[in-house]
Amino acid sequence: MNGQIRRVALVMMVVFAALLVNLNILQLVRGPDLVDNPANRRVLVAQYGIERGPMLVDDAEVARSVETDDDLEYQREYPEPELYAHVTGYDSFVQGRTGLEETYNDALMGAPSEMLAQNLTELLIGRDARGNTLRLTVDPRVQEAARTALADRTGAVVAIEPGTGRVLAAYANPTYDPNRLSSHDGGAVQDAWEELRLDPDLPLLDRSTRVLYPPGSVFKIVVAAAALEQGLQPETAFDNIESYTPPGTERAITNSGGGTCTDDETITLARALAVSCNTVFAKLAVDLGDDVVIDTAQRLGFNRAIPYDLPVASSAIPTEMADPALAQSAIGQRDVRMTAFHAAMTAATIANAGRAQRPFVVADVRSPSGRLVQGPADGVWREAGFSEQAISARTASQLRDMMIGVVDQGTGGPAQIGGSEVGGKTGTADDPNLEGSIAWFAGFAGNDIAVAVVLPDVEGGGGSLAAPVAREVMLAWLEQ
Amino acid sequence: MDLTAASSASAERRLLVGAVLLPAAAFGLLHLGRDVTLLGRDTLVRMGVLLAGAIVLHLVVRRLAPRADPVLLPLAVLLNGLGLVMVHRIDLGRTPPTSLATSQATWTIVGIVVAVATLVVVRSHRDLTRYHYTIGFVTLVLLLLPLLPVIGQRINGAQLWVDFSRLGVPVGFQPGELAKIGLVIFLAGYLERKRALLSVATNRIGPLMLPETRHLGPVLLASGLSLAIVVFQRDLGSGLLFFGVSVTMLYIATGRIAYVLIGSMTFLLGAVLAWWQFGHVRDRVAIWLDPWSSINDAGWQLAQASFALGTGGLTGTGLGLGRPTDIPFVETDAIFAAIGEELGLLGATALIVVYVLMVARGYRIALNATDQVGSLLAAGLTTVLGLQVFVIIGGVTRLVPFTGITLPFVSYGGSSLVANYILLALLLRVSDDANTERGART
Repeated sequence: MNGQIRRVALVMMVVFAALLVNLNILQLVRGPDLVDNPANRRVLVAQYGIERGPMLVDDAEVARSVETDDDLEYQREYPEPELYAHVTGYDSFVQGRTGLEETYNDALMGAPSEMLAQNLTELLIGRDARGNTLRLTVDPRVQEAARTALADRTGAVVAIEPGTGRVLAAYANPTYDPNRLSSHDGGAVQDAWEELRLDPDLPLLDRSTRVLYPPGSVFKIVVAAAALEQGLQPETAFDNIESYTPPGTERAITNSGGGTCTDDETITLARALAVSCNTVFAKLAVDLGDDVVIDTAQRLGFNRAIPYDLPVASSAIPTEMADPALAQSAIGQRDVRMTAFHAAMTAATIANAGRAQRPFVVADVRSPSGRLVQGPADGVWREAGFSEQAISARTASQLRDMMIGVVDQGTGGPAQIGGSEVGGKTGTADDPNLEGSIAWFAGFAGNDIAVAVVLPDVEGGGGSLAAPVAREVMLAWLEQ
Repeated sequence: MDLTAASSASAERRLLVGAVLLPAAAFGLLHLGRDVTLLGRDTLVRMGVLLAGAIVLHLVVRRLAPRADPVLLPLAVLLNGLGLVMVHRIDLGRTPPTSLATSQATWTIVGIVVAVATLVVVRSHRDLTRYHYTIGFVTLVLLLLPLLPVIGQRINGAQLWVDFSRLGVPVGFQPGELAKIGLVIFLAGYLERKRALLSVATNRIGPLMLPETRHLGPVLLASGLSLAIVVFQRDLGSGLLFFGVSVTMLYIATGRIAYVLIGSMTFLLGAVLAWWQFGHVRDRVAIWLDPWSSINDAGWQLAQASFALGTGGLTGTGLGLGRPTDIPFVETDAIFAAIGEELGLLGATALIVVYVLMVARGYRIALNATDQVGSLLAAGLTTVLGLQVFVIIGGVTRLVPFTGITLPFVSYGGSSLVANYILLALLLRVSDDANTERGART
């Protein structure tokens, strides 16, 4: 009988060995996956046990953490939800994070090294861990002016301080209430998310940074810059042609409203920009050649990832174009696409003597005790293969004057502000998918503020619709 | 195992010090982890219960079974103490806090008293096996009790409880826990008598030698009974346990692997039938294979147990710092996951090693026994313990389909604790009988 007992004991030991092997696999090999499983509340509870740092605009909290009485200790709250939604993003335990909540998550949670030091002292004084504070560069009045000027129209406004790259306003409409997604009621969050996601107006979409529109005549700034860089002058005269048919196509490019742009036989480069002369710019681009136009566009930021605190879609231009495509692209149609954010940066670069400053919306990151953790991600936009000077100072200065001409005596008239040097460029692009047109304005007021406005799908042009919005936004800043 | 009574007593005493100190330290850590107060009044009372219980049981064992194995009791006390810590920890994790640990401490006292009573009443293991038919009958009655109308209770889908509160007595228990021990005693007595008969092989099927068909009765009965439990009480775990113990004891008694194979085949056949016929069996298997697709309802418990174990990793979150209360029925079914979460792979492994030691010790006693009925009894009791540990830990870790049974000495639950103390007392009794007889012979 003892032989049987030994065999049974042996089988039992094998069975226990199997238990141990299986336990090792579960706890060690599969452990990390199980920790990350979204249905595992442990990680969530740890995350929401930290008092996430607030985001401040002018000392007012636009995102903050409040204590709850459920097991997720802190909940995110947005006091000005719709106004800043596309900047702050949301912090949802169901849907994850977007906006600065996502890109500055580590800082808001308190960086690991920071947390350790903090925890030792916090442990002693018996307080919970707190994350860092983000101070935003946005000016509340400029942001509010953008909202008011857009009213209920779909569109986006971006305002940048040219000398620094500081983002003064970034607003897109429609917007949404991030409080609905940061709720700790999972079902309500799910419902809100489904509703927002399925909304045909796409309120979750940040039209200031994430949507590429055909820039229309705003792109003429790039062609003009390319021409000036090639040694042409604002006064250089061109044949004032009624239509232009580039080589290789039968399709002629005409001016808006038909006819020539002015009654004279010739037209200067400056005047052609002021009145947004399609025929002249289309021919000019073809004469310059695709490599020159594309090179200038890329130096101004096309086809490049803009370094910013939030993700920005890259404006696009093909890397080579046949003449018909080039002619169409020169007037901002066909193959070129641009974000409102990039349009504002381009205007800022011109206002800043050709140097592109890295845009930033986080002024600094400070610990709960007020110590500086991280400064702004500012400075000149440096990138291997590109000169710090996007365009030469001379080109920038000439282009700047030409853009002031657009507002003083051209299509940009509605952007005029008495006593201020306002320059800019209007654009009215067609999109075959839209019934209306896309109205643009990109410009600046002196060296104080650069603004871009885009109004997709409107009945009207950039001069009449977008320029007045830009004017309001500039005024809000200049009046301070 | 030719330890003298004195050296056994001394070894047991020294081991008991560790067995009590370890839970005490765990209590301290738990309190540090939760609220930075080292000890509470309740905790002192519970530790007092454990310490007093250990001392009383030690003194009684050394008086009534002086040559009994000195390792089993300390291991049981250690497990009981860790169970008290974990149940208390689960109390703290609930809002509002529950007081299951108080009830568990009470059941610890009852368990120890019953163990003492067992040692007092059962002066020799033959006292029990002599009455194996009576005990077998009582076992059958115990198993049927939960199916009776007034007192039978269905809790969480399984018909396992007997509750006398409707008859004016506020006591409820799970007779199945006691029935396991009854079954082992019955089989030990029965098999000792029928051993020779059952071992004769007259039929041959291929390489297998089979006993006469009519002697297959007991094995078929055991399989049938186990299946009946699965079907009528909706309790997969106990069914598996009853079957495993029956077949193992048959094998030990006869040495005929044919019993194991035929038994397994009939059980498997029955299991397939049960799977085909009964939704709850099918569900269990489906959840075992994939708890994730039904994570929000049926798979929730297993998924949460996996999360707890996975989050625990190598070293665990530390006592009181995890979230074991996310797991439904954590204090009974899934207490192993709570231990794995907070004490990590290291702590969980240590726990399994404690069971391995107990099981090894148990089979040692079986090998050492001087009569066949003692061997059968000890081996059977040990198999009950080992199988139960395997079924529940394997279930929680998804090695086998999950069935809700208790982790011996650790899980919350009076019936289980009392039954396991009886099991311990009987093992100690067999061990003492063997050592005494050997001592007398030399």
